[in-house]
Amino acid sequence: MLARLYRAVARTMLVPILAVISALLAGSLIILFAGFNPLVAYAALIDGAFGSFYSISETVLRSIPFIIIGLGVVISFRAKMFNIGGEGQFYAGAIIAAWLGVSLGGLPMLLLIPLILLLSFVGGGVCGFLPGYLRARFGASEIVTTVMMNTIVLQFVSYLVTGPMQEPRRFFPESQEIADTAKLPVIFQGTRLHAGLVLALLLVIVCYIFLFKTVKGYQLRVVGSNSTAANFAGINVRRNIIHAMVLSGGMAGIAGGLEVLGITWKLFQRLSPGYGYSAIAVALLARKHPAGVILTGLLFGSFATGANMMQRSESIPSVLVNVLQAFIIFFIVAYGPFEDYIYGRLGLSDSLKKGEPA
Amino acid sequence: MNVLEARSICKRFGNVQANENISFTLEKGTVRAFLGENGAGKTTLMNILYGLQQADSGEILRDGKITRIPSPKHAIDLGIGMVHQHFMLVPAFTVAENIILGQRHATGFRLKDSDIYPMVDAFLKRHGIMVDPRRKVAHLPVGIQQKVEIVKALFHGAEILILDEPTAVLTPQETTELFRIIRDLQAAGKSVIFISHKLNEVLRISDTITVLRNGRVVGDFATAGSTEESLCEAMIGRKTFSIPKVNLKIGQPVLELRNLSVCSDIEGQTACNSIDLKVHAGEIVGVAGVDGNGQTELVESLAGLRRVEGGSILVNGKEITNLSPRKALLAGLAHVPEDRQAMGLVMDFSLLENCMLRSHQESPIAKNGFMNKQVMVGICEKMIADYRIKSDGYMKPVSSLSGGNQQKVILARELYMDPAAYVIMKPTRGLDVGAIENVHGILLEEKKRGKAILLFSSELEEIFALSDRVAVMFGGTITGLVWPDTPIEVIGALMTGSRTGIFEAVRE
Repeated sequence: MLARLYRAVARTMLVPILAVISALLAGSLIILFAGFNPLVAYAALIDGAFGSFYSISETVLRSIPFIIIGLGVVISFRAKMFNIGGEGQFYAGAIIAAWLGVSLGGLPMLLLIPLILLLSFVGGGVCGFLPGYLRARFGASEIVTTVMMNTIVLQFVSYLVTGPMQEPRRFFPESQEIADTAKLPVIFQGTRLHAGLVLALLLVIVCYIFLFKTVKGYQLRVVGSNSTAANFAGINVRRNIIHAMVLSGGMAGIAGGLEVLGITWKLFQRLSPGYGYSAIAVALLARKHPAGVILTGLLFGSFATGANMMQRSESIPSVLVNVLQAFIIFFIVAYGPFEDYIYGRLGLSDSLKKGEPA
Repeated sequence: MNVLEARSICKRFGNVQANENISFTLEKGTVRAFLGENGAGKTTLMNILYGLQQADSGEILRDGKITRIPSPKHAIDLGIGMVHQHFMLVPAFTVAENIILGQRHATGFRLKDSDIYPMVDAFLKRHGIMVDPRRKVAHLPVGIQQKVEIVKALFHGAEILILDEPTAVLTPQETTELFRIIRDLQAAGKSVIFISHKLNEVLRISDTITVLRNGRVVGDFATAGSTEESLCEAMIGRKTFSIPKVNLKIGQPVLELRNLSVCSDIEGQTACNSIDLKVHAGEIVGVAGVDGNGQTELVESLAGLRRVEGGSILVNGKEITNLSPRKALLAGLAHVPEDRQAMGLVMDFSLLENCMLRSHQESPIAKNGFMNKQVMVGICEKMIADYRIKSDGYMKPVSSLSGGNQQKVILARELYMDPAAYVIMKPTRGLDVGAIENVHGILLEEKKRGKAILLFSSELEEIFALSDRVAVMFGGTITGLVWPDTPIEVIGALMTGSRTGIFEAVRE
């Protein structure tokens, strides 16, 4: 039993770990070319992410959006929908949080924060619904429509923060700071780590239960694995495609809401350093499993925090971590076809697996 | 002289023997047809000849010399061209651009319109094929696109042309035109392999015919002297099943099809016309017919997967026409699809999750939107025990099961829903003898329990052995409803449409 569990875990984690190691090796070549010492760079990266209690808290803080958007991407991937719109859905949630955080400031905190997060979910969900509907109804590629939605929402944000939602003095292109009742409480004194962490971990559990214990989650997975069989079995494929996109977008919306309520307290352009796109890598590296998203989200959070430190202390450009992220995706995809071979060599393969007809 | 010869070609995919000891010869300037039902192994064999797949064993000889064909590139170099059922053309390119695609030695590095159009024009004229080389392929009708494919293969230097179900997409006029081109090619010394399951076309165009069934050659005929009936018999087979006939009192009609018309995938066409049929409690009605005569569409319309244009479907007197697949099942009509892996199972899911595919949203498995694992396991273990599904445990992926056990999973979960009637398509396709007996046993048990079963199969002998009555389909209609002791010649005539209107087995 234990041996089987070990095999299962080893099988799932092997390729992601290999991909990360390969990405670090490939990245070190890039650093060398740029004229820096890779060991120094990685040491600074690790020190920046985990060197002190405060930096650890920052790493965890930065991993929250990766985890939550990553969960959303996991849901869409399970239904074989490629939601590339996390960025726009994130901003949709952030817009709603920045707006309601000001206008509903009179409400008590215990009512206000859940209400805002719920509506952030709705905002992101709407941004997921449109591509989902277009796919289900007309067969429009969700990859294209979600990317286009990103641009639309980003343009809308830049309009809002220079127009109707701009702060009262009309000086900075950002919204007015939200009311104190809307600000998420900090859970560790002396850090910025806010209560959103609890919600993120809760969402991991909810997402796991949803995907593997509920009728809806089962249907989403069947649709993603074999939509013909789903249709033949009486599962409404189109409806499930839309639901997957709404849920996926809603998760990103919550992440956007948390970012405003917990860290920035206001809306501005470049609120997200590309969370929506990195979340795709988070979900892929997590092998589309909610539990894995915690680990991969933390990895990406540590990249984000460590990169700043690396730039400050060693003047190595922080964009290096974008290169690492790109390499991770590259290797995850590249190792895919060799998975069975690798398992075979390591004695991890499922002995029963037989060839299937082409 | 044999331009092409295959000796004992074998190819296996997992549990399925797609090709077993297939041998044939192709003489210069002749047309050899390959005839067989879907899944008989025709496409696999052609993929091997064209280098898309490799045979496990066996030899291919080109002009008497043993050759290896590891890729389509090698096949083309050997003068073997293939026109796939689904065309491989670039729609945004012109005819000429498609024809010269990948032929740099013929055009040089730089493409100049003033060079390629006269060149292609001359080539077309030489082969007597009238197509404007400047037209965009996207704007051409299917028949012309096919001609472009043929010309492309010839331009690549093909001496042997493989045509995979070339008439499936053509109108009768286009088919006639295609046959004219084939005759011209023959006259020019080219050899053709023609794949089809349409008997009349094979008889019209070929010189020799190889009939495949279950991956094996079951007959090698000269076209002169063959008839549709003799080919049909070879194609569908006369495998003997030893099944104890159960004669029960037949009950009330359970499944009724009234004047049913079903649309086809091609716009503006119907696949089935005015079909009337009743299946009674405790009765198995078999539907015989060559693939592609409306059976698939009929089954899909019954299962709620395809729109019914006219008429109605009733189960126990209740109308289920155009209900969703789930509602049709809940109304009492179960459906076992034709292709168990593509349509029936989620191959990377566990046995447990596959067992729940049809019942996952019904009580007691589903409760308040959650799926009760304990209940699921209980039901699944009962299915495994009742139908002796062989597996290494219910958490194993269903892909690790043998074909027969996979089919049992599909049957078991339909049975669990306790339907009044079954529509079953090719339940024993690709199974070995033991598994076939198991599946037949389950069907007969259901018959004993008073269920109505409508059974579609391409194995004629299976239909005869199991059925109480046999309906024969041709061209989207039921051409006859007969008792299973009807002579094979009569059935063959009904299946090919040369006789119609024999309705001697109507129960009232």
